[in-house]
Amino acid sequence: MKKDWDILVVDDEQVVIDAVVKICSSEGYTVDTAIDAKEALQKFGHNNYTLVICDIMMPEIDGFGFLDELHNRKISSAVIMTTGFSTVENAVKSLYTGAIDFIPKPFTTDELINSVLRGMKYIRIQNSVKSYKREDSEIPYVPCPAKYYRLGYSSWVAEDNTGSVLIGATDLFIKTIENLTGVELFQIDEEVVQGNACAFIIDKEERKHPLLSPVSGRIIEVNNDIIKNKNLIEKDPYFEGWFYRLIPSDSEYELRNLINCSSDRM
Amino acid sequence: MLTSKVKKTKMFKKIGIKLIWVVGITAVIIIAIFSFYNIRSHSNALLAEVERHANQLSETVKHSTRYDMLLNQRDRVHTIINTIGQQPGIQDVRVLNKVGEIIYSSHEQDIGKMVDKKAESCYACHTANEPLERLQIKERTRIFRPNPDSARVMGIITPIYNEHSCWEADCHAHEKNQTVLGVLDVTISLSDVDAQIKQGELDTVIFAFSAVIVFSLLLWFVIKKWVDNPVKELLNATHEVGTGNLNYTIQEKSDDEFGLLAKSFNNMTQKLSEARIQLFQSDKMASLGRLAAGVAHEINNPLTGVLTYSSFLLKKTQDNSDLNEDLKVIVRETKRSREIVKSLLDFARQSVPKKNLVNINEVIEKGITVIENQLSINHVQLKKDFAKDLPQSTLDSNQMQQVFINLLVNASDAVGPKGGSINISTDLIKLSPYGITHIKKATCPKRHDLMNNEVKIDGMPSIKLKVYSNGTSAFIYLDPVYGRNHHKIDIDLNSKNLKVVCPQCEISLINPDKKCPECNSSVYSLEVPSQGNIEGCISKTCDWQKWDAVDADGQKDYLEIKISDTGCGIPRENLSKIFEPFYSTKGQKGTGLGLSVIWGIIDNHNGTIKVDSELNKGTTFTIHLPAGKS
Repeated sequence: MKKDWDILVVDDEQVVIDAVVKICSSEGYTVDTAIDAKEALQKFGHNNYTLVICDIMMPEIDGFGFLDELHNRKISSAVIMTTGFSTVENAVKSLYTGAIDFIPKPFTTDELINSVLRGMKYIRIQNSVKSYKREDSEIPYVPCPAKYYRLGYSSWVAEDNTGSVLIGATDLFIKTIENLTGVELFQIDEEVVQGNACAFIIDKEERKHPLLSPVSGRIIEVNNDIIKNKNLIEKDPYFEGWFYRLIPSDSEYELRNLINCSSDRM
Repeated sequence: MLTSKVKKTKMFKKIGIKLIWVVGITAVIIIAIFSFYNIRSHSNALLAEVERHANQLSETVKHSTRYDMLLNQRDRVHTIINTIGQQPGIQDVRVLNKVGEIIYSSHEQDIGKMVDKKAESCYACHTANEPLERLQIKERTRIFRPNPDSARVMGIITPIYNEHSCWEADCHAHEKNQTVLGVLDVTISLSDVDAQIKQGELDTVIFAFSAVIVFSLLLWFVIKKWVDNPVKELLNATHEVGTGNLNYTIQEKSDDEFGLLAKSFNNMTQKLSEARIQLFQSDKMASLGRLAAGVAHEINNPLTGVLTYSSFLLKKTQDNSDLNEDLKVIVRETKRSREIVKSLLDFARQSVPKKNLVNINEVIEKGITVIENQLSINHVQLKKDFAKDLPQSTLDSNQMQQVFINLLVNASDAVGPKGGSINISTDLIKLSPYGITHIKKATCPKRHDLMNNEVKIDGMPSIKLKVYSNGTSAFIYLDPVYGRNHHKIDIDLNSKNLKVVCPQCEISLINPDKKCPECNSSVYSLEVPSQGNIEGCISKTCDWQKWDAVDADGQKDYLEIKISDTGCGIPRENLSKIFEPFYSTKGQKGTGLGLSVIWGIIDNHNGTIKVDSELNKGTTFTIHLPAGKS
């Protein structure tokens, strides 16, 4: 009989492992550890893990190789990637290859806890999708419309006919945040970078959840409606609930790292 | 290397000598032929003159003795012949009768002697068996040597024909049927003429030799000056460049092919040197990127330990205010370290600043607290002169703090351990956009990007346009600062058939309806996305530019920050270089990145930074940043 754990931490730095164990345990999660990807994969033979917090830069098998191996073994644990080499490329690649989140090192206690909470909620939603039947009254979440592109599961981008693009948060991402109470937005003319935070969504416990921008560019319009009416983000995340209108700086290159929503079906 | 150089020089010398040989021999042949014909025609002319003279003399003798002969007054004939015969140059005057007896002669001992028909004087007529009676002048003269060792003489015979009065005279000496009664034979010495000819020959030969020598010398000199020296210079230059000295330039002295060669050689070495520097820099950049990545990775793991534990403690000690405050400092400063490491990575990737509204004075104060200790150790007095009520401005406070820390550290280093003072002042000023605003993007009407990163002017990408002038095409690079309009170009821009086009789609950029209000030249018009059009004069000497969208904003508020020190100053020749990447005077101590990073940060904030410096007096950096919200 396999043992069920909440979290597995994979990192070649003992201090990081200790810190994550300490923080997550204090939140009431059961945490197991592995010093490299090989050991982590072995542990999957004996145990089940809901969430994996995995470093990218590791000896032998790196974080991406580990992610691939999990995929090959059809292990459905959610993976949060983290690295000290926190570049845009690493963040975007993590989300493209199937990680649900990316936390750049060094991170604070809150940043880690928020990400873990979202990850746990994500797993619950995915589990409810498995048991979802068409007759059910409420669908778990609304998938991204066709012709949209998304960064991981968190943010979407849609091309506008004027050459600018609209960006916003996906319904799944909003649903992983419990009880949205506010949103912190950037201002017009500010630059956003793909894979970096472009807005913060605040929940009822004052936790700040970063929304990673799907593309880089300059903000030319901010949707003030969502500040006035926060429900708009939850009710119509793909149309009325957009965040910014951007002039993208290199959309062609960046689109390659995004997932085409046309294949997203319940 | 050295031996090949010597060999090449020798080989060249051979080429030079070959040239001299070929041209010299040609000259010798031409001069020799010329001299030969010159001498020949000269002596011919002289002889002809002598011949004419002799003939005239003969005629004179014949005519002056005619009357006496008719009267058969032999004494008088003798006297005349003697008198003439004693004239200088006249060898002999003789009269021979029909049978060859000398009847008169200037040499009296010859009178009565018989002359053989085969003798010089008779030969002309008596070659045939029957003597000829009429002879041309040419046939009557002959040149001969009486003795093998004597000078040449010219003889001329003049036949004396029978006349009416000869056979009717009382003496009855001649028959009526005789045609020729005798021959007057005048011989003239050619010793003078020969001497003259000899002198002429000598003169010509001397002339020919001197001409050849002078010509050769001239040729040698010319080849040395125009071929040998430039080639030597070029060889020397290739040798220098070959050993790695790419800064070596050849003086472009002449306009000939060697001058062009030197020019193109200099151009080549300059391009090579630029390429090498670029290669070197990108290499340095790449290794710096790797270093930054390594450092970031290595330092972020321990930082994770510090940040997680401290923030964890911070959460746990919310009721202990003393501990809480201290932990807040640790968390705040660790977060700052995180931003510094991130900007190190971002520098390698040139990312955009993270701006928020801050007061510049506070940013400077924060920067000062970081290096206060260092300043006091160096005995540097820091004087602050901050303007009050400065508006909050949109800046990346972390990056700006880096700028001020860097500049203050530089100033402190310049002051040195002996001590001195640093003044730092802030102010709010108004500046007109002309001469300040940086054109960051320009396109043709079809939206092709005209910015060029390869040619930079003062570190900023230039605006590249294509120009057709009199059938040739070239590129011009405009200064991207509004109001400067300087062209980097070497083509005549004043031609009437001038076309200015987009380098990509060749669409014309000239505004046909407009002329420059200052010099009446053509005006180009470029699009600046979302900021209207910028127009400028195409003349190289005119700076006129107009950018309505920016002018309409009028004067803008700028923050002016001045940091001046009383340090060692920067030599004038280095002032233009200090913002270039990897320029450093600190040797091992610095990376040479500081000021270039500062320049990049200021530029990213749409600001400007400039430097004024006087050696041994001090340096002042002046920064202008747009004030207020942007």
